[in-house]
Amino acid sequence: MEIVMAFVIGILFMTATYLMLSKSLLRIIVGTGLLSHGAHLLILTMGGLKRGAAPILGGNAESYTDPLPQALILTAIVISFGVTAFFLVLAYRAYQELGTDNVEEMRGTQKDD
Amino acid sequence: MTNLIILPILIPLFTGAILIFLNKRIIAQRVVATISSICSVIAAWLVIQKVRTEGVQSLNVSSWDAPFGITLVSDMFSALLVFTTSIVAFVCLLYSFKSIGQEHEKYYYYAVYNFLIVGVNGAFTTGDIFNLFVFFEVMLMSSYVLLVLGGTKIQLRESIKYLLVNVISSALFVIAVAYLYSVVGTLNMAHISSRIHEISINGMPGILTVIAVMFLIVFGLKGAIFPLYFWMPGSYYAPPAPVLALFGALLTKVGVYSITRTYTLFFYHDMETFGLLSILAILSIIFGVIGAIAYWDIKNIIIYNIIVAVGVILYGVSILNTTSITGAVYYLIHDMLIKAALFLLVGVVISITGTSNLKNISGLINRYPGLGWTFFIAALALAGIPPLSGFVGKLLIVQGGFEGESLIGAFIVLMSSLLVLFSVMKIFINGFWGKDRTYREEEEAPVKRLLIAPVILVVISALYGIGSESILPYISQAADTLLDPDIYINAVLKE
Amino acid sequence: MRNTNNIILETAVKVLLFFIALYSVYIFTAGHYYPGGGFIGGLMTAGAIVLLLITYDIKTVVGILPVNFRILTAIGLLFAIGTSAGSLIFDAPFLTHAFGDVHLPILGDLSLHTATLFDLGVYFVVVGVTMTIIQTIGEDE
Repeated sequence: MEIVMAFVIGILFMTATYLMLSKSLLRIIVGTGLLSHGAHLLILTMGGLKRGAAPILGGNAESYTDPLPQALILTAIVISFGVTAFFLVLAYRAYQELGTDNVEEMRGTQKDD
Repeated sequence: MTNLIILPILIPLFTGAILIFLNKRIIAQRVVATISSICSVIAAWLVIQKVRTEGVQSLNVSSWDAPFGITLVSDMFSALLVFTTSIVAFVCLLYSFKSIGQEHEKYYYYAVYNFLIVGVNGAFTTGDIFNLFVFFEVMLMSSYVLLVLGGTKIQLRESIKYLLVNVISSALFVIAVAYLYSVVGTLNMAHISSRIHEISINGMPGILTVIAVMFLIVFGLKGAIFPLYFWMPGSYYAPPAPVLALFGALLTKVGVYSITRTYTLFFYHDMETFGLLSILAILSIIFGVIGAIAYWDIKNIIIYNIIVAVGVILYGVSILNTTSITGAVYYLIHDMLIKAALFLLVGVVISITGTSNLKNISGLINRYPGLGWTFFIAALALAGIPPLSGFVGKLLIVQGGFEGESLIGAFIVLMSSLLVLFSVMKIFINGFWGKDRTYREEEEAPVKRLLIAPVILVVISALYGIGSESILPYISQAADTLLDPDIYINAVLKE
Repeated sequence: MRNTNNIILETAVKVLLFFIALYSVYIFTAGHYYPGGGFIGGLMTAGAIVLLLITYDIKTVVGILPVNFRILTAIGLLFAIGTSAGSLIFDAPFLTHAFGDVHLPILGDLSLHTATLFDLGVYFVVVGVTMTIIQTIGEDE
């Protein structure tokens, strides 16, 4: 199972890298989203994919799943949700102000302004 | 009081929430922000005193015991940094009152400002590697907002790049934490350290070296070390002076702190990674100095000086002996103070002249002697002329370099001081001497009031240099904890 | 700018909105011992409001829900900080919560936690932040 997850994560990172190398801002944002998905899956896999009861104190199950990766992922998801939302708003504002969503055209030296 | 060490985080957080309600009442915002800022400074001072008398302090948030819950740890290193942060934040706040403009103030400037301080103080205080990531994100989110607030074209453009770089580095941070978790199975930094110590008896396993390098990349991106500083000159160019001063003084230092903390606590078994760190630090110094000399733009000159300073501090860390670590800690605090002062002074110059291009500025000292001499002292302190504060730190770092038989590195640090002095003297000679000019914005600039904030910082920095004898016990306590991870581990895990 | 006249959506939303809102409250309260909680409940409430925004325009929605979402975020933050800082008074570590079992008439045995108040703060923050983002993008055409 870990092998499959490794492939999935690899494909996610690959796609994310490809998207982030493109010029359109929207694609880049989608790319960052995929990158964080990959990272979250990686945490889950690194914690070990075990089956077992819910990790509640005082239970009598034989094996427990590790609660920590799930807590980490939840936190990381919330953060990446916030950042992605901010990025989208920023991209929209930048599109209005600069009139382009092409990162190539956003290059510029400080002297332009 | 158990909760003392969380106060420097809690006070700005609470203030930030309150300031959201007051967004239309500027005077009320200023009053609240000032009071809370003073409270933070006092709280941070109390933390230092407590750490001085009782050793490393730890707080198990939510009453979960140490390796399981989130722990906040305040050793002397982080307590000193939190104190310096609070001072810098307070002074930059004073500067903001006169310069930032009502548009910013109505648009939650002070609230976001406080959230930034939450992130920075939190990152310095936390004892949990994932919590460090969370505080990084708090700090970064606030920095995005501060960077883009105002919404000019250059700000939007640079914010996008800054955001993208940091999103990628955050993802890398999560990945590095995931790898580390799979190896050691814990997130508490003290616990990680003791577990790594257990498995590294016959040399550190390869995977840990990989993780060490990943941490170096992540924190290096934040701290702007050699190959990873490419984003900084552009992004730091965009925001207004007080924000720039905060960024320059605090954000990169959080990266430097994290490298220092993780390397001295986790990866001290593997001297090869320290060798890599040392090489990168020296390259940062060289490239930073080249940038600082080459530019004719006062903002850019100071921005490149950040890279030099980061290199010098990390070089001190990478040598890893008592002298060099003491020097690195001393220099880190000095640099936070003096960079904030210099950026604020640059802000004053820009508010007088309306430009940051050195070729369009000259003769400022004729009408603004106070500004000129403050800048002169700040420049000398930056370069490390005795008895100002830069001197002691650099001396210790260079001495540590000689002790550690890293002659080339120590020599480069020495040479860099000379070139740093040249780069700031270039500003002084070209901008302050020469023919007097008149500038368009001159009438409106409240120079005397703006000057209060940088003067405070320069005075503190001078006192820090002159009184180094009495401050040194604090610094060496910080260095001792960094060099002996057992102090930290025992304080947290209470074994 | 109301240019569509989508009668099916409008009628459906009128009914569905209350179910979604109610379910989000359920999710929020269930979060104590079962999956759920302030974050997911807040997102669901925000989802309901977004559905309203899709069906009607912003002006109508502001008429229905005259809430300043930034203030809501701040209130939520204060809730969260206040309940966690309450432990400072009792000299317990930050974020320590108290709980106890209470017997109330009609409702029966309940387990009451101060953590619920903290979660309520999270709920407000999530609704506030999400709606602020949506409004920022949606406001100008």
